[in-house]
Amino acid sequence: MDTPLIEFQNVTKRFGSNTVLEGVNLMIFEGQVTTIIGLSGSGKSVLLKHIIGLMEPDEGVILFRGEPITGIKKSEMAESFAGISYMFQGNALFDSLTVYDNVALPLRETTRLKKAEIHKRVMARIEQTELTEAVYQYPSQLSGGMQKRVALARALITDPQIVLFDEPTTGQDPVRKNAILSMIAQYQRKLNFTAILVSHEIPDVYFISNRILALYDRRIVFQGTPEDLESFDHPFMDEVINSLEILQKELTGLHSQRQFKMLNYARMNRQATGEYCVLFFSLGEMNTIISRIGHDAAQRALRNLEQAIEKHFGMIGGFSTRRQTNEFVTMLPFANLAETEEILKRFVRDFKEQTLGMMKDQACSLASDESFQMTITAGVAEGQGDSDLNAVVALAKSNQKEIARLSCAAGE
Amino acid sequence: MAFTANLQNKKENQAIKGWGELLSGPFALLGRTVIDWVNHLGAASIFLFFALLQIFRRKQFYKIIEQIYFVGARSLSIIMLVSLFTGMVLGLQSHHALVQFGAEGAVGSLVSLSLIMELGPVLTAIMITARAGSAITAEVGILRISEQIDALQTMRINPMRYLISPRITAAIISFPLLTAVFDLVGIFGGYVSAVLLLGLNSGAYWHSIQVYVTIGDIVDGFIKAGVFAVIVATVCCYQGYFAHMRKDSHGAQAVGLATTSAVVLSCILILVSDYVVTSLLI
Repeated sequence: MDTPLIEFQNVTKRFGSNTVLEGVNLMIFEGQVTTIIGLSGSGKSVLLKHIIGLMEPDEGVILFRGEPITGIKKSEMAESFAGISYMFQGNALFDSLTVYDNVALPLRETTRLKKAEIHKRVMARIEQTELTEAVYQYPSQLSGGMQKRVALARALITDPQIVLFDEPTTGQDPVRKNAILSMIAQYQRKLNFTAILVSHEIPDVYFISNRILALYDRRIVFQGTPEDLESFDHPFMDEVINSLEILQKELTGLHSQRQFKMLNYARMNRQATGEYCVLFFSLGEMNTIISRIGHDAAQRALRNLEQAIEKHFGMIGGFSTRRQTNEFVTMLPFANLAETEEILKRFVRDFKEQTLGMMKDQACSLASDESFQMTITAGVAEGQGDSDLNAVVALAKSNQKEIARLSCAAGE
Repeated sequence: MAFTANLQNKKENQAIKGWGELLSGPFALLGRTVIDWVNHLGAASIFLFFALLQIFRRKQFYKIIEQIYFVGARSLSIIMLVSLFTGMVLGLQSHHALVQFGAEGAVGSLVSLSLIMELGPVLTAIMITARAGSAITAEVGILRISEQIDALQTMRINPMRYLISPRITAAIISFPLLTAVFDLVGIFGGYVSAVLLLGLNSGAYWHSIQVYVTIGDIVDGFIKAGVFAVIVATVCCYQGYFAHMRKDSHGAQAVGLATTSAVVLSCILILVSDYVVTSLLI
């Protein structure tokens, strides 16, 4: 296994008589997105502050590329920390500086770049984070979502190697939350930095994370992939994950993948034999859509599709989950292939009548420069009794055909 | 029997312990307070040292100019107003007292020496503490509690360089200049009351100033202004910078109390150090 970029060995932190972290062991690997999940007040932010050096452990060692931080020379330490950015939970924007000055601050104060070069870089980040209209406004004049984006732009302005995000989606609506996560994922792929997130956004955060760390009762009780977490048997799952998943279900109407699997087991118990069908939906070319209409509008389009699926198939006893950012899976128990294809046809008709027009109005108003298209595809596959669900889902995915298309002409 | 004796001993021990605590309590409190003060004094000295180290770093010039504008230029009107009336009152009182001995010719020297050596530096420092010092503490305190100072550290911007050093440097430059303005306007105020309103001879007023005020007196006044500048700027910045570590309060309340402490402590230290510096200069 590679040497971890950051490793905690038996780290303990106390504030007076209150022990926040106790014997914490964890590993964070380079180039990955690692998410720390835990209840509020469980010490996630304290853990992040240890990584960036704002706090020091009372006991234990923190290793940076295999070397204890305390043993690294001051000059090497400064060099190591030069590539780290931190996005605070409360944004920590300078309220006496404009958006432009906030984003430009790290470049002005820590580099010898010329004014013109700083301006070029700052404006590029501001455009990427969709803040062009707010460039000379002060943080107090912005909405919570815009403030988050300013903090994100400032965190990314120095092209860091490691970015720590302390609850980047707190206080945002579901569309905006996904837009911020999508933005983080996009930049992480583009700039290839190591991202460390503290987040409660389950399951959305799974789609962008390579590794999950579960902080529970002052310790890290789980380290692994989101898929491994699904089969993790621990009180953490009942107390933290379940409560967050229920909240997510109430907000979006969709089930988590774990709940989806559990519903499938329940179906199998009731329906040991006989067929069932799986429908696979996706909104294609997400990156192109984001580049044309931005993260917010792209997430709004996905939300419209998600709601249409949940509404249509939920009414007839189906249950749905989100698989990837732009992929949805619906199961129809007790339905055969012919019936499901008929139900899909009716869904397509209703979707075109009720949802597509609204999606087009929202998307096309933002796409003024170039024409673009959104393609919605769907595939159906039939399973028998207790057949492997993943194989049926994969078959449905491979059977996808275009069911709707949304076109925006330039200047529309 | 043995149990009863043990109980009796235990009660006696507790009574002795209670008396002991009662007697030693005030001394313990005094000791803790003194240790606390010594700790703060040491921390503030180190704080000042690190701030001074950052003065000649890159990109400091514009920040210092900006702070001179805030601490100095924007305090000018209040300083001029206070000094005018201080000079006028001095002229009035001294003329009233000296005229009884036929020594009204010394009004000019009395007014000018009082202003240059004592009232100018002290009142200027107190006025700047009230106007700019409190604002510095509140601003730095808010930056601290809203994690903006932590944000600077994560961006590898030294908060001492970015926030503290320009403010202390600006105070060191502004205090003597504002003291000079205070002295000049105060002397003019004395002239208004003694000469224009009470009819003292104008030549006598200016002549006594020329005869009795030496360059040494002016230098002494500026030395005091410099000492007060260091004290006020350090106390105000220190209180704001460590507002989050106050034991008596948290958040916005901590910033409020830090501001109050900064003003009260600065005023006390101005008067105490005035005595110390005067005794050293005489």
